[in-house]
Amino acid sequence: MTIQEIGRPRKRKEDAKLLTGRTQWTDNLARPGLLHVMFLRSPMAHARITRVDVSGARDLPGVVAAFSGQDLAAEQGSLPCAWPVTEDIVIPDHPPMAVSEVRYVGEAVACVIATDRYRAADALEAIDIEYEQLPAVLDMNEALAPDSPKVHESGNQAYSVKINSGDIEAAFRDAPVVVDRTYIQQRLIPSAMEPRAVLADTDGESFTLWSSTQIPHVLRVMLAVVTGIPEHRLRVIAPDVGGGFGSKLQVTAEEVLCLLLTRRLGRPVKWTESRSEGNLTVHHGRDQIQHVRLAADADGRIRGLRVSLLADMGAYLMLLTPGVPTLGGPMFNAIYKMDAYEFACTGVFTTKMPTDAYRGAGRPEATFGIERTIDELAAELGMDPVELRKRNWIRHEEFPYTTVSGLTYDSGNYEAATERAMSLFGYDKLRAEQVDRRDRGDPVQLGIGVSTYTEMCGLAPSRWLGEANFGAGGWEHASVRMLPTGKVEVITGSSPHGQGHVTSWSQIAADALGVPFDDITVLHGDTAVAHKGMDTYGSRSLVIGGMAVLKACDKVKEKARKLAAHALECSPDDLEFEAGAFKVRGTDSQKTIQELAFAAFTAHDLPEGMEPRLDSDVTFDPENYSFPHGTHLCAMEVDTETGMVKIRSYVAVDDIGKVINPLIVEGQLHGGIAQGIAQALYEEAVYDADGNLLTTTMADYLLPSAADLPSFVLDRTESPATSNPLGVKGVGEAGTIASTPAVVNAIVDALRPLGVRDVQMPCSPERVWRALQAARQGTREGAGR
Amino acid sequence: MPRITVTVDGVKYEEDVEPRLLLVHLLRERLGRTGTPVGCDTSNCGACTIMLDGKSAKSCSVLAVQADGCDILTIEGLSEGGRMHPMQRAFHEEHALQCGYCTPGMVMAAIDLLREDPDPSEETIRHGLEGNLCRCTGYCNIVRAVRRGAQEMGQAVNTP
Repeated sequence: MTIQEIGRPRKRKEDAKLLTGRTQWTDNLARPGLLHVMFLRSPMAHARITRVDVSGARDLPGVVAAFSGQDLAAEQGSLPCAWPVTEDIVIPDHPPMAVSEVRYVGEAVACVIATDRYRAADALEAIDIEYEQLPAVLDMNEALAPDSPKVHESGNQAYSVKINSGDIEAAFRDAPVVVDRTYIQQRLIPSAMEPRAVLADTDGESFTLWSSTQIPHVLRVMLAVVTGIPEHRLRVIAPDVGGGFGSKLQVTAEEVLCLLLTRRLGRPVKWTESRSEGNLTVHHGRDQIQHVRLAADADGRIRGLRVSLLADMGAYLMLLTPGVPTLGGPMFNAIYKMDAYEFACTGVFTTKMPTDAYRGAGRPEATFGIERTIDELAAELGMDPVELRKRNWIRHEEFPYTTVSGLTYDSGNYEAATERAMSLFGYDKLRAEQVDRRDRGDPVQLGIGVSTYTEMCGLAPSRWLGEANFGAGGWEHASVRMLPTGKVEVITGSSPHGQGHVTSWSQIAADALGVPFDDITVLHGDTAVAHKGMDTYGSRSLVIGGMAVLKACDKVKEKARKLAAHALECSPDDLEFEAGAFKVRGTDSQKTIQELAFAAFTAHDLPEGMEPRLDSDVTFDPENYSFPHGTHLCAMEVDTETGMVKIRSYVAVDDIGKVINPLIVEGQLHGGIAQGIAQALYEEAVYDADGNLLTTTMADYLLPSAADLPSFVLDRTESPATSNPLGVKGVGEAGTIASTPAVVNAIVDALRPLGVRDVQMPCSPERVWRALQAARQGTREGAGR
Repeated sequence: MPRITVTVDGVKYEEDVEPRLLLVHLLRERLGRTGTPVGCDTSNCGACTIMLDGKSAKSCSVLAVQADGCDILTIEGLSEGGRMHPMQRAFHEEHALQCGYCTPGMVMAAIDLLREDPDPSEETIRHGLEGNLCRCTGYCNIVRAVRRGAQEMGQAVNTP
């Protein structure tokens, strides 16, 4: 009997090379005759380019070429936006290198190609460029005013959408309680540890592009469309990729430009960004103003929810920019039952770096909006926030449940996860301590923050994406090849960058085929190897890509069954498959699938019509999203004299369905929770009044270190997804979605008796202190908008 | 151009270098030691941490000329006889890496931390690794790995 691999905490196959430095980061790669590219970037938020002269750079030693946007204008095309969320959306032209006008600080305006990066950097200094300054547009509300300066000729509104369900007017009419809040989702910089890098090469006819990307397959199609290089002559490779978090789910200016430069020069070119360049020009995340209104009965039953968002697009619409905030549309109602719901979202152009997907993409924002407001409603009603949630959430016996926004949640058990979390947390004891501290007037107050989140994962059923006007399908591809010696190659269209696909996919294939874990290899990230794929984002890899692997294994097994029946001279129906072998029922006669792989290879004696191969090629397209959920509880100590906050304990009980590898799941949750806490307490991309990014380095943009974070207490409950045979739901974004509101709720909970109703993120000691001062003086100034 | 002599992972090199060349670029681009990555340009992230004469240093903040005559150990020279260093093994055992980009620097910093405190508490580890950023793990498993590495290294020292 073989050990079941699914559910086992397997140590990762990926680790050895990463731990010994035998890595293939894009910047590690070199080609003979390699040239280095550096970009000159706009120091202005908004300006007309009146003159560019790159000849001074061209004359310097080691410089092979230098180009301005004008030089490349005829061939550079426009960067794609694949998600036009409305019919009348405005998608401005987006040249990879600015030609006549710049619209954010950091936009590329010229480039130098030299024999090494030091010489390229020197030569940037010799480019002569002049600008005529235009007014910056930075504030979304001001941008929408009729007299605002315009980012684009067409105006500052990109689109506006509205979703309605139920009678929202009736829900709010005569409602005994209405909570009305406005929250700021600050702008974030995703900050994957590996800076972006691109290497492009050509043999004169075909092109290869290596990029630190999450989406080699999508990138290949898009680059072919933008550059006119025929798709079949373009190979895209994502080698080892050092994190993404959505920031590498993009078709970037630098990828397009490197391809164009290698085409022009006929030589390999490489560009590697510096961190400061990355902070300026890797797409940013979040940046919304959320107006949330919740109407309830006096006993706490929710009647209706009204959400109105302003979403900062930045200067252009990149790959998924307009769609990201609309992903919150079906999510604000979360786990709660209500009579009516309204969601409105306006996308606004500003002269800042474009925003796009960042871990959770639209769903953390929605979860924050609703979970903060539920806590506010509880305070308004004088009710325990957990009790209020219980009165409104979908009970476990009500699944499958179609929500007010139209999604059908297949499974879940909010009661179980919450009960477990409260018990691990010691909820009642901490509440008692909170009362005690309040009574004593302790300068260090205790707050308890609750977040009972759900999310739509496994993006996404192709038919849903079609309805949402998304520019692609949501399927995933997998191939399984049995090699002559019985070893197995799994090829996946999913493109990992730290998630551990190689290990998890091996576990799935090991169980499905009954072959040893170590006999399986997983190939990915190269369009010449994994020829089809939709890549990795939206917690989709396991739910869709893992399912494709399972389906591909099943298909191989069915072929093997026919071959086994032929070899064992029986009917396929007489065979049972166990521990990697087909056995004739009731006899000792058997053939292992690994033996059959050799028989298929030699092809000496195959059944009539069978091809000599044991392999398969499948896609999986889900019928529904998956809906992980969980209860996160945060106990926060807040020093009311200094504004310092300290997480005392953090408990997360998540229900992500069946688990393939608990070790990997735990790691994903740890990292996700940390990133959500980082939004709550530390991170913010700050632009000054002229549109200069102030947080261009890691010294200014505060990524939490080990010293800034606590250990987390984790547990799981398990309601398997019914929408896929593995029963899995996805875990990549869960922690980030859940933790931000838990942390801010805890801070506000600590300070509510002192009159504080909100603290704007990131809740720095200064912000907390100012919120307290404002509350003491009876104003709301400083407490956030 | 100044000529420098450095020993990297046991191999001696003589190189003519521009005075402004960073040590990390010498390692990566001249000597092909790409195991040490670059994560930032302000010495905040620590991804490029190496051992310079036995002490951890961020190789993006050292000029190659400053390393003249030094003995440098990178992540690529840490394994001995094909066997990983106990700290590398501990990172594997505790799933203390995901994308792995911060890992070389994190492992080097962790080893250096134990030089001063062979049996560090969780708090000591968290503060000791403050100069090394990780975006994937939330640090929980890194802390566990350093504890485990410390135990195993302690045993290795005590076992004859």
